[in-house]
Amino acid sequence: MEHFEPVIVAFCCHYCAYTAADMAGSMRLTYPPNVKIIRVPCTGKVDTLHILRALQKGADGVFVAGCLEGDCHFKTGNIRAARHVKQAQKVLDEIGIGGERVEMITMSAGMGGGFARTALEFTEKIRALGPNPIKNVVEKQVRAAAGS
Amino acid sequence: MITAESKPIDEIIEYIRPYRRIILAGCNECVTVCSAGGRKEVGILSSALQMAFMKSGRNLEVKEITLERQCDPEYVEELAPIMDQAEAVVSMACGCGVQEVARRFKHTPVFPAVNTKFMGASERQGVWAERCQGCGECVLAVTGGICPIARCSKRLLNGPCGGSTNGKCEINPETDCAWQLIWDRLKALGLEDRYEEIMEAKDWRTSRDGGPRRIIKEDLA
Repeated sequence: MEHFEPVIVAFCCHYCAYTAADMAGSMRLTYPPNVKIIRVPCTGKVDTLHILRALQKGADGVFVAGCLEGDCHFKTGNIRAARHVKQAQKVLDEIGIGGERVEMITMSAGMGGGFARTALEFTEKIRALGPNPIKNVVEKQVRAAAGS
Repeated sequence: MITAESKPIDEIIEYIRPYRRIILAGCNECVTVCSAGGRKEVGILSSALQMAFMKSGRNLEVKEITLERQCDPEYVEELAPIMDQAEAVVSMACGCGVQEVARRFKHTPVFPAVNTKFMGASERQGVWAERCQGCGECVLAVTGGICPIARCSKRLLNGPCGGSTNGKCEINPETDCAWQLIWDRLKALGLEDRYEEIMEAKDWRTSRDGGPRRIIKEDLA
């Protein structure tokens, strides 16, 4: 636990959060390297299944970052994504992994500082929650697969 | 379509607790359309079950498969080559699919992952409502295309009853009074006279009251 560095998967919309992350880089802002970004054409395409699979493979937290309400390039993709996140939270609560490991966040492409802050706050939140309860088993599986 | 809803994951976990290898079988028909047991739901449940087992320090091998139709033996047969890989089957199809799998594979336990609900139609994305009870003798021709059996809470053939208020049913302010809908529809069609005709008591033997039903189509059977 002392050296716990959480693995965070961030599904970022190409039109907002991904550009914001890019801007954070241009602005020379630092944010935790724990956040692994997956660029998606719209967060509406991020399904409950993608979120669960990320956690199943050993991620400690997942956030989906889409456009501000009313600003979705595809009109309602971000609203759809929020519903998928809610569904994932419900499933994770049911199986005892904890829905708080998943979050929906909205931002605009110009919010480089906002992205860096979100990445930091989410990482700290997951650090406080501790590792994904199935992480030990996942790591064992990975080691077994590498050894074989 | 036949509609269904996911069972609580805890209930499914209880069913499969003794096993380590399962087949999780979805269905590409009705339960796919009502987002209860299609390919995507198979993936979600598979992930959830595997994580739940891992959390308690156990491994669960899940073979995910989605059949074209679980209520037809031709498609259920597709499970035969992989059946020896599993100790149990969890079916995400409606009750018909679960039973068809159970009938074909006599020595493998089969568990349902959804609660089958009703024959219904989609009102809007994510919302389904009951439309037909399969009474076996359709009355839609005389009720303006709105079924009093499925949509009137009392299944009245000559309604409405005193519980109809402002077009809504007394059981729930969100439930339309079927007989109000029928009257509105007959009026729109200019068929108000039809409302005056008293419908005789229905012969319920064509419904479930006559026991389990079968259809034999002579030209095909």
